[in-house]
Amino acid sequence: MSLALLVALGVGVLMACGVYLLLRARTFDMVLGLTLISYAVNLFIFFMGRLAVGKAPIIRAGVPETLTNYADPLPQALVLTAIVISFGMTAVLLAIAVRSHAENGHDHVDEEGRSGVAVDTPPIPGRTPK
Amino acid sequence: MLLLPFMGAVALLFVGNGQRKFAGWLAGAFTLAGFALLLTLAPMVWNGEVPRFRVEWLPSLGVGFGLRLDGLAFLFGGLILGIGALVVLYGAYYLADNDPPARFFALLLFFMGAMLGVVLADNLILLVVFWELTSLSSFLLIGFWRHREDARQGARMALAVTGIGGLALLAGVLLIGKVVGSYDLDVVLASKVVLQQSPMFVPLLLLVLLGAFTKSAQFPFHFWLPHAMAAPTPVSAYLHSATMVKAGVFLLARLYPALGDNDVWFWIVSTVGMVTLLMGAVVAIFQHDLKGLLAYSTISHLGLITLLFGLDTPLAVVAGVFHIINHAVFKASLFMAAGIIDHETGSRDMRQLNGLWKRMPITATLAIVASAAMAGVPLVNGFLSKEMFFMEATAVDTHRLLQLAMPIAATIAGMASVAYSLRLIHDVFFNGEPVGLSKTPNEPPRFMRVPVEILVVICLMVGLFPAYTIGPLLAVAAQATLNLPSVAQMPQYTLAIWHGFNLPLLMSAIAMAGGVTVYVLLQRKINLHTVVKLPGDAKVLFDVFIENITVIAGALTRLTQNGSLQRYLLLIIVTAIAGGVAAVWLYPAVGVRPSVPMEAANLVVIAIALVGIGTAIGAVVMHRERLTALIFMGVAGLVVALSFVYFSAPDLALTQLLVEVVTIILMMVTLNFLPKQSKPEAAGRRHVNWRDAIIASAAGLGVSWIVYQVLTRPFNSISPYYLQTTVPQGGGANAVNVIIVDFRGFDTLGEIAVLGMAGLIVALLLRGLIVPASNGNSPFGAVFEAKMPEVARQSLLLQVISTLLLPVAIMVSIYFYLRGHNLPGGGFIAGLIFAIALILQYVAFGQARVEASFKLDYGKWVGWGLLAAGLTGMGSWLVGFPFLTSTFKYFSVPLIGAVPIASAMFFDLGVFLCVIGGTMLALATIGRLSQPAKEAA
Repeated sequence: MSLALLVALGVGVLMACGVYLLLRARTFDMVLGLTLISYAVNLFIFFMGRLAVGKAPIIRAGVPETLTNYADPLPQALVLTAIVISFGMTAVLLAIAVRSHAENGHDHVDEEGRSGVAVDTPPIPGRTPK
Repeated sequence: MLLLPFMGAVALLFVGNGQRKFAGWLAGAFTLAGFALLLTLAPMVWNGEVPRFRVEWLPSLGVGFGLRLDGLAFLFGGLILGIGALVVLYGAYYLADNDPPARFFALLLFFMGAMLGVVLADNLILLVVFWELTSLSSFLLIGFWRHREDARQGARMALAVTGIGGLALLAGVLLIGKVVGSYDLDVVLASKVVLQQSPMFVPLLLLVLLGAFTKSAQFPFHFWLPHAMAAPTPVSAYLHSATMVKAGVFLLARLYPALGDNDVWFWIVSTVGMVTLLMGAVVAIFQHDLKGLLAYSTISHLGLITLLFGLDTPLAVVAGVFHIINHAVFKASLFMAAGIIDHETGSRDMRQLNGLWKRMPITATLAIVASAAMAGVPLVNGFLSKEMFFMEATAVDTHRLLQLAMPIAATIAGMASVAYSLRLIHDVFFNGEPVGLSKTPNEPPRFMRVPVEILVVICLMVGLFPAYTIGPLLAVAAQATLNLPSVAQMPQYTLAIWHGFNLPLLMSAIAMAGGVTVYVLLQRKINLHTVVKLPGDAKVLFDVFIENITVIAGALTRLTQNGSLQRYLLLIIVTAIAGGVAAVWLYPAVGVRPSVPMEAANLVVIAIALVGIGTAIGAVVMHRERLTALIFMGVAGLVVALSFVYFSAPDLALTQLLVEVVTIILMMVTLNFLPKQSKPEAAGRRHVNWRDAIIASAAGLGVSWIVYQVLTRPFNSISPYYLQTTVPQGGGANAVNVIIVDFRGFDTLGEIAVLGMAGLIVALLLRGLIVPASNGNSPFGAVFEAKMPEVARQSLLLQVISTLLLPVAIMVSIYFYLRGHNLPGGGFIAGLIFAIALILQYVAFGQARVEASFKLDYGKWVGWGLLAAGLTGMGSWLVGFPFLTSTFKYFSVPLIGAVPIASAMFFDLGVFLCVIGGTMLALATIGRLSQPAKEAA
């Protein structure tokens, strides 16, 4: 099995799992799904720079600076910030999830009744003082 | 010159609405200054030169801000500024005491500037921009009396109709630009052959004509103009007779050299013109409202001009240009006269207005002369252009039917216009006594009449001595319209009152006699006053149309935007998949790129990949047990980090690992406030799971396929540039870090700002919210809670270790920060390490205690971080380089080795602070949720 096929399968599975979870109607499931999707997307962008084993893009004296000697640094730089940003996104989504659960008493993403889904837990007394 | 009206409009905004006279004078001064400027350019235009002015605007699109003043533009500029000045004078007297004059004149000047822009623009994009501005200012002016329902409705309708036309025009212009390769007017006008042979010619012609017809109120888009009469009369006189509606015919004239002279143009333009001419003239007879009559007459005359351009002969074009001038002059004066009558009597209803001759003889005389021009009576200017029209109508010889129909139609239209002109005169100034007027009519103030007088004098002068007064202007304007190099090549025509006995004269005579007969008959037999309004008003249709659009839009919205997040996500994902499939299916790959030989994967790698795949699937299977799913997901994240390690991305691996830790902690804390299990879908919705599984599989397969296709093909990257310049220019061997803090520093600045904002959003979303943990069975559930007795939940061992670990971790963090430029590390990674060290403290000692002893305010960290990064960027301004240019120097620090002190290091410090701040802000806020308020404070 070639490396390319392996990583392609890996990214695809992450994506499929992420999409499935994203389509669940519960906040936490969606956050999990989004995290899996961001794995997949980050890997996807990273792999666009092609596969390079043992060629970290850290310039060593005397080694010519070409893509045969070093991995592509550009997708790496893009992905690095993307990883950190996806943490920020996750944090915001989780905060929304907590707030929504506290205020609505359930964690379904749509208003209850719209798609015929019953509220799953009795309302939790949350309050927002002043 | 173009700037003057805009400057005037701005200046007027500062004038209080109380100073009516002053506002009027100011507006008049700007207008007259513009007019004077225009006149100084007249000799150049007369000599056949085209004064130009040009500033680059969007050079990349070939769009400059250019102005050109040829004969046609000069003619229109003269009309706009000349009549504009008169309208300003008139308006100063017309406005009621409670109308805000500054707003009125500011809008009027704004329109004036926009209209000048339309006629002066030297490229089509600029023309469209100004065109839209005229629509907008027209909207504001029609709706000037905001409190009136009809004014608001009329304004909306005008905007909708002309707005649609404007969009069509824009599309047409873009097509022209695509065909010709330039938006420049000179180039476009010279590209007749290219344009007319293009397969896009008919669509682009139709689009441009749609723009022109809507603007010039041509059938079937005419209906907005009568409703625009709800505007104050100076506006009607100016926009809706003399200038703005002429923008449509101006466009026809402007583009005639490029688009005219072919069958499509001939049939469409002349038919539309003829229908409009007849319809407007006939309907005008039956109007009771003075301005309504004038509005339909305007429609009819615009139809006449359109028809002349449609006849597609050089002489007809000359006649069209001539009639533009004449119509502007006599119609503006008539509107002003109508306004005077309205002003003095309080009514515009011709069933009430009668016998005003006795009350206001001077106004009556003026109006009668102007009406005579409208009817085309000899010795007044309207006669000359009408004669030219009749001449052209009889000269049509392209088609047998037309040869017959055209003169007849022209004569009928002439009769109708005589009839409504006669009605105007007879009904208003004679025909008995006024009925039920609220005011006693008198002559208006002296200066209110002056503009009308000037215009009427022009009517007479042109009518009596055409060759001396209007001849030269007409010559240059017509020459420019036909795009001829010199006046010598103009078609032969003579401006004279007397052409001898010929067919046109006969037609005029028939029209005169016929018109009088028709009016007398109508008045005698059915008494026009009793005629209820003709059902010719398309407003009803328009309203139905608008309503249907609203209903359809509503239905569409309800279909897609049903308020369900799940539905939206489903649509987005399915659309994305469909888009991918469509792209592959519709645009099959052309040519073959050779595959590159692929390395085989060894067993360890396969095993690790299988772990990743297995845990991802595990997370899905177990997703209802959330904690289990979370652990599965964490393992999958580790595999992602490992793959970064394996594929030569140490920085990414470190970042992924650290983010993974922080994310999992955050999710566990959050899970404390959410249900631990997901409920299964309701029984009736199980099929949804299968549907989603299929969609998800499709998405996964698509992504896999793309990745595989990409990876098995060779490629060219821009990255060698970064590899080669990272040491000499960025001063760091770690290309990834140098890209982040240097080459793409601006991106990074944005990204840390986003992270900081995310932290703040979390803080704000959850501020003050206190939620009891939903239940206690999460292992981390109690971690941040201060509700339990302190001793019971804190491990001494953990406390000791974490205390020792804190300085070490901070050291490590600083080490990673310092070495980041040359080795894996940097601000992002160091910040995350620091954050994790702090989190460990939280776990060991409880949040309240840590925050009390360290006095941390993460919001400030974010602020300082952004400030450091931003200031570093700005620092390079001081030494004259663009934002975020970096400089560097190496210093030797004991134990660590050579440390590059690049300005990028300070930037990275900003990143470092921001990452800590943003991360901890989010975590701490969520962790604080369960604490009683007094501890949280």
